[in-house]
Amino acid sequence: MADLHTPDALLVKNYVEGSEAALATLIKRHESKIYGFIYSKIADRDISNDIFQDTFIKVIKTLKSNSYNEEGKFLPWVMRISHNLIVDHFRKTKKMPMYRETEEFSIFSIMSDDALTIEGKMIVDQVELDLKKLIEELPEDQKEVLVMRMYQDMSFKEISEITGVSINTALGRMRYALMNLRKIIEKHQIILTN
Amino acid sequence: MAKIYSKKALASKNLKPNKEVVSFILNYSQALTVVKIEDKSFEIIAN
Repeated sequence: MADLHTPDALLVKNYVEGSEAALATLIKRHESKIYGFIYSKIADRDISNDIFQDTFIKVIKTLKSNSYNEEGKFLPWVMRISHNLIVDHFRKTKKMPMYRETEEFSIFSIMSDDALTIEGKMIVDQVELDLKKLIEELPEDQKEVLVMRMYQDMSFKEISEITGVSINTALGRMRYALMNLRKIIEKHQIILTN
Repeated sequence: MAKIYSKKALASKNLKPNKEVVSFILNYSQALTVVKIEDKSFEIIAN
């Protein structure tokens, strides 16, 4: 395994010369930055995984065909590839059928603006803020599981690996966290709605 | 249907791709050979 302190440029050079371990080190070093960047735009774990994979397939093809010539700027280069793939993804999914307006058919009969009003937005923000304050009241172990599950979108398997407890314990903590939140809400007669 | 009040914290620092994805990439890299002949490049995947 290549040294974790080896500069990116050297790892890229080693990889081009045939060291597969160098690629493993590069991925390990930058995976959370790249994946986090993709996820911040896509907000879906599976699609983010796909784009992450496609990004590195491009990286590998470029490096193996000796077309890479940006020494020392490995991460920005990979980020740019993933950025382009994200744009492609949105282009593909945003493709919509075309409707032409006629006398019998108005485009507004199928179009609606479901964005929240300013008031609606303020209420949502307020509710989210209130909920965060309530979560702060929970015991530490329950709070940890709830935040990982609901705010960081982790699976119970991942949570159990990170916190070092069994999946059942994590599930139990989540259950108690929700029960306790309900109790606090009922006790103080808080109305969370929008 | 219950309402969901939580907003996902995007760009969380703990996010990582699936292990399977990383292992696929490493295997793909091992299997791939790119041969350049004149101005054409050929990709060969070893099984």
